[in-house]
Amino acid sequence: MLIALTQLLFCQLMGEVIARAFDLAIPGPVIGMSLLLVALLYRQSIPEHLETTAEGILSHLSLLFVPAGVGVVAHLTVLGNEWQAIIGSLIGSTVITVLVTGWVLQRLHRGASHES
Amino acid sequence: MNPDFGEVWVYLSASPLTALTTTLVAYLMGDWIYQKSGKMPILNPVLIAVIVITIGLTVTGIDYWTYFEGAQFVHFLLGPATVALAIPVARLLRTMRSGFGTLAVALVLGSATAAISAVFIAELLQASEQTVLSLAPKSVTTPIAMGIAERIGGLPSLTAVCVIMTGIIGAMLGPYVLNLARITSWDARGFAMGVAAHGIGTARAIQINQEAGAFASLAIGLNGLATATLIPILYSLWQWWGGS
Repeated sequence: MLIALTQLLFCQLMGEVIARAFDLAIPGPVIGMSLLLVALLYRQSIPEHLETTAEGILSHLSLLFVPAGVGVVAHLTVLGNEWQAIIGSLIGSTVITVLVTGWVLQRLHRGASHES
Repeated sequence: MNPDFGEVWVYLSASPLTALTTTLVAYLMGDWIYQKSGKMPILNPVLIAVIVITIGLTVTGIDYWTYFEGAQFVHFLLGPATVALAIPVARLLRTMRSGFGTLAVALVLGSATAAISAVFIAELLQASEQTVLSLAPKSVTTPIAMGIAERIGGLPSLTAVCVIMTGIIGAMLGPYVLNLARITSWDARGFAMGVAAHGIGTARAIQINQEAGAFASLAIGLNGLATATLIPILYSLWQWWGGS
């Protein structure tokens, strides 16, 4: 658990360093994730301690968004007098995106499995 | 031996302990309600926790920043948790032998749909140009979205708010939309949640099904890259269109 957590933090730290050194628009944790992914694919196996720790953290991923969510409510004033347009756009666009992405992928996969 | 309650309160309201405990208790309440409802996506635990805490802060008069000073310990874990997404993705990529092309098609179409539909609807509802631009990157993870907004002339703080709202909306409505459209395969459901609703959608997918969670995790990283590339291109096309 402690080793796995250290490895995760180390990857994040490396990611932050790379993001800042090269002035990248990609956030440090995302680069850290790519680094770990490359390492895991290179090793061709996932160490058990890393797998259990990751599962532990990720099963409560929703919880980690709560402080940011409270922040949104505290900053709702940035929506100003355009809040109807913003919320309308967010709901409409999110529904359409889920629909298009899911539909395209399911369609293409079905097509592929019919061929083979 | 009779401590002044006011003094105790001053200590507690400023201590990280209170904010941390409150965050966990509120989330457990949200999760309890969600489980009791038979896992109805509309009763999203994050949303319930946020409402409970906001009411708490309003009633006690504690401002957000005092709360966040304590809650930042939970917030901080988003970093290592993002790195940990490499594990489900690695597991997925090791078993996946084909289908990379179809994923790429779904990714590009999904990423473009997210940006174009957000802009189109906001224009239709007569939002200002700055607001429209702030909405375009709302489907990717917050730091990437804020960076894109800044580059095209949106308001990064407005984008941050829109990103979180998108995540919660996606987690709440996404499963219903997928059911209505009869999208049943776990890979398509997970990938759609990851593309449309980044981390919050992925968090939901991980708790529902392992395969869906892995595809959603893959989608967050890929969509961050796709959107950061696509939006500046779409933006210059839009400028050119509007300018001519």
